[in-house]
Amino acid sequence: MVHITFIDSSGEKRPVEAEEGSTVMEAAIRNSIPEITAECGGACACATCHVYVDEAFVPLTGEASPQEEDMLDFAYAVQPNSRLACQIKVTPEVDGLIVTTPARQG
Amino acid sequence: MVDNIETDVVIVGAGPSALFTVFELGLLDIKCHLIDILPRAGGQCSELYPEKPIYDIPGHPMITGAGLVDNLLAQIEPFRPTFHFDQLVTELETLGTAEAPAFRVKTDADTTFTCKAVIVAAGGGSFLPKKPPIEGIEAYEDKSVFYAVRKMEAFRDKNIVIVGGGDSALDWTLNLQPIAKRLTLIHRRDDFRAAPHSVNAMRELVAAGKMDLRIGQIVGLAGDDGELSGAHFKAGKEDAVEIACERLIPFFGLTMKLGPIAEWGLNLNENLIPVDTAQFETNVPGIFAIGDINTYPGKLKLILCGFHEGSLAAQKVHRYVYPDKKLTFQYTTSSTNLQKKLGVQ
Repeated sequence: MVHITFIDSSGEKRPVEAEEGSTVMEAAIRNSIPEITAECGGACACATCHVYVDEAFVPLTGEASPQEEDMLDFAYAVQPNSRLACQIKVTPEVDGLIVTTPARQG
Repeated sequence: MVDNIETDVVIVGAGPSALFTVFELGLLDIKCHLIDILPRAGGQCSELYPEKPIYDIPGHPMITGAGLVDNLLAQIEPFRPTFHFDQLVTELETLGTAEAPAFRVKTDADTTFTCKAVIVAAGGGSFLPKKPPIEGIEAYEDKSVFYAVRKMEAFRDKNIVIVGGGDSALDWTLNLQPIAKRLTLIHRRDDFRAAPHSVNAMRELVAAGKMDLRIGQIVGLAGDDGELSGAHFKAGKEDAVEIACERLIPFFGLTMKLGPIAEWGLNLNENLIPVDTAQFETNVPGIFAIGDINTYPGKLKLILCGFHEGSLAAQKVHRYVYPDKKLTFQYTTSSTNLQKKLGVQ
C-alpha cells in the first residue's frame, strides 16, 4: 500500500493508504476525503478533484497532460503545482505523497 | 398569455436514461416532450465525456459517450419526441388527483406544458455556470457580472473583462470586442483550448492593439452597490493590480446543481429523489425519477440501470395516460404491432 496524506483547506491532515495502480482521486473518494467532489467519476472531464501537490512530490507525480491542463482552466486558484487527483497514478515512487485540497471545487 | 403544450409525459432531462425512456413510452403509444438546460441531447455523455469510451453498456464492448447518444437518438427516431433545449424547468405544479394525476410544467423560457405524468431524469441536476470563488461576487451578479451574454447591448461602450480560455470565452471576446469601449481577455495560461481560428482572430486583435490579453487570474473585485469599477488581476507571484472595468464575464464551465427540483414537493435524500423499485415513482403519484437523480436500496449510478428504471416507469405511466386500456406485454422481436410502431413492418 502507498501512503497519501490529504491536507484540507483548514490545515487538517488525513493520512490514507492507497492501492498501487489506483488514482489519488479514488483514494480520496474511498476514504471520504472532504473537498474532493470528483463529479465526473475520474474521466478528466470536470476539474472537481483539484489538488495542490506538495512541492517535494511535483517531480514524482509528473506533469499535467494537455487535456488535464484544459480541465484545470475550469478550476479556481490554479497554481503551478495544481493537478487533478484523478490523473495522478498511485505508484510506489509517490509513497508519502502530500496533497492539499482547495476550499472550493466549483 | 403563453402558449401551452399539451402532451402525455414531460421528461425533465435529455440524457441517456431519458432518451431510452422515450423508446419504452413510444412502444406504449405515449407521447412525450423533453426539456434540457443544455443545447443538445445526451446529458453528461455529450457534455462531460463525448469522446470517452464507455465499457459497461450491455451489448457494446466499447462505445463513446457521443456514439451512445447518436445510437439512442436513432433508436427513438420513430417516436418523434420533441426536444426543448436551453431551458430550465422552474416550476412543477400538481393539478390532478392521486388517481388521475395532471401537472403543469413551466420553464425559464416561459414555455408551459400540461401532462399526465412527469419523469425526472435530471442526472446530477441542472448544468449551471460555475461561479468563481471571488469574495463578494454575488453582489455584482446580473448587474455587472454575468455568466452568459443574453443581450449584447448591455455591454456596449463598457470596459469588459472576460475570463477563460475555451470557446465561450473566445467567441464572446470576438463578438463583444467591436462594441466594447475596451475588452480584456484574462486566462491563467497562454494556451487556449478554444477553436484555433478564434484564438488566431483574438491574437490578431491583440497585435493590432484593439484589445488586451493578460495571463493570470482575477482575485478580487472593486465597485459599489453592484456596479463594478475594477477587477483585481494577479499574474503569478506578482502583486495584484486593478483593471478598470464595468462588466466581468467569467467562463469557468458548468457544474451540476439540483436547482428548482428541490422546490417541487418531492421527498429528497441528500439531493437524490427516493423512489420505489417497482415503478420508480416518487412520493407524488404521477411523478417518476430515473437515472442518476434517484435513490433506492442498492442503487447504482449506471446508464444501464437508468434504462431499466425508465422501462418499468413507462408501465405505470401507461396506467395514468390510458386508465381504461389493459396493457399486454409484448416483445419487439415478435409483435407485429410493436414492429409497425417502429416502422419495420
